[in-house]
Amino acid sequence: MKIKDIPQDKAGSLGGETKVIYAESDSGRIESSETNGWEVEEIVLGQALDEIKRLTVDAYQRARQGKTSALEFHMYHQRMDLPMLAQAMGRFQWMVKRDFSPQRFARLSVDKLDGYAEVLGIDRDTLKQLPETYE
Amino acid sequence: MNKPLEHRHAAHCETGVMSAMLRYHGLAVSEPMAFGLASGLTYAYIPMVKINGMPLIAYRTPPRMIIRALSRRIGGLKMTFQKFRKPGQGEAALDRLLDEGRIVGLQTSVFFLPYFPEDMRFHFNAHNLLVYGREGDAFQVSDPVFSHLVTVDRQSLSKARFAKGALAPKGLLYYPAEVPAEIDFKTVLPKAIRFTAKINGNRSPVPIAGSKGIHRVARNIRKLVEAEERYAHLYLGHIVRMQEEIGTGGGGFRFMYAAFLQEAAELLASDQLAEAADEMSSIGDEWRLFALMCARKSKARYDDTFDSIADQLDKIALREGALFAQLSALESK
Repeated sequence: MKIKDIPQDKAGSLGGETKVIYAESDSGRIESSETNGWEVEEIVLGQALDEIKRLTVDAYQRARQGKTSALEFHMYHQRMDLPMLAQAMGRFQWMVKRDFSPQRFARLSVDKLDGYAEVLGIDRDTLKQLPETYE
Repeated sequence: MNKPLEHRHAAHCETGVMSAMLRYHGLAVSEPMAFGLASGLTYAYIPMVKINGMPLIAYRTPPRMIIRALSRRIGGLKMTFQKFRKPGQGEAALDRLLDEGRIVGLQTSVFFLPYFPEDMRFHFNAHNLLVYGREGDAFQVSDPVFSHLVTVDRQSLSKARFAKGALAPKGLLYYPAEVPAEIDFKTVLPKAIRFTAKINGNRSPVPIAGSKGIHRVARNIRKLVEAEERYAHLYLGHIVRMQEEIGTGGGGFRFMYAAFLQEAAELLASDQLAEAADEMSSIGDEWRLFALMCARKSKARYDDTFDSIADQLDKIALREGALFAQLSALESK
């Protein structure tokens, strides 16, 4: 790719930062140049974020209806999924899934809750509650 | 006060950190040179490992391999690595090294680094950055994938270093114990290039790596016709994201390797390598076209089909296979 052909699509996801890409100068030397984003990356990143969003909204609604615990909502909200959370906790997936039961989650020990809170990067009180609204 | 560090914006974290570290210690190694010497370029399709329910596709060797391969390839380079059980120990060790005036490489999670843009913060645990000083609890960080220097507070840095889960960094820090005065390029370059050519070529020892791995993914894409549409689009998007977002991806890594081949061609005065650099750069363009086709498909804006996308991938596999076949016969001078 030539330096002048590097896409500069001002990707919102980069938050104003730039990325380096190696490209050919007019003299044919391949050197480091900057790009502020490429639409293609933006599209696929958007897809992934939308998918996480869809799962988060779904978990939020089920948690509101008492069909799952706040843990499942916060898991997706913090951009994790069940295999990731289980691995971060050093537990089996079924053990984490068990805690999606609202009754069970309400009885979890402080240690357990702190464990989840830590890997999710939120504090215990946040973990125990659902936000007022989420869309 | 530490010797001032020259921050250079890099395409990829691990090569960027190693290049900066070696330059700081007086060894002129550019980012592409670090990447090439470490034989960082690859393609691996690893369906057993899932990321967000999708198979892992790697366009470069696994995290930490670049650092390790470099210390093996560059004669006289000795790296010290340290991991910690407890965050407290890791923090104390980092403080001590910085106070001694060292610059220290760290493996971290991306999610807990406050200076990352919100949309880029995923739970990816194999990011690398360089700490070059601290003022109290504010750590001065040269993160090679950012164009500017940043500071990180103690708490966030500790969280990022001791994040749990896949590829958990366990507080890993590293710094060179010994750095040689020069590199014997004449011996080490052909070796590094032949190695890359062998693991990626048609005769790659495993069917999931190199051009065989690429053909395999192409076959999977052809099968997407029967899949649910949302899954098919997520799958294509996932391939592209593995290619472009995480680190610098397929196109990006091919361009970086082309830059390396060009540097190597000059150092060894080799026409063969100069031609290989052009071919690799052109293959990088094909990877970008492939990414574009995948993204277009998911937007249903053009008439790309799963077959045309897979054809593009097969084409890439053939060209990479042929190029690596040539390079694997590269002679030492």
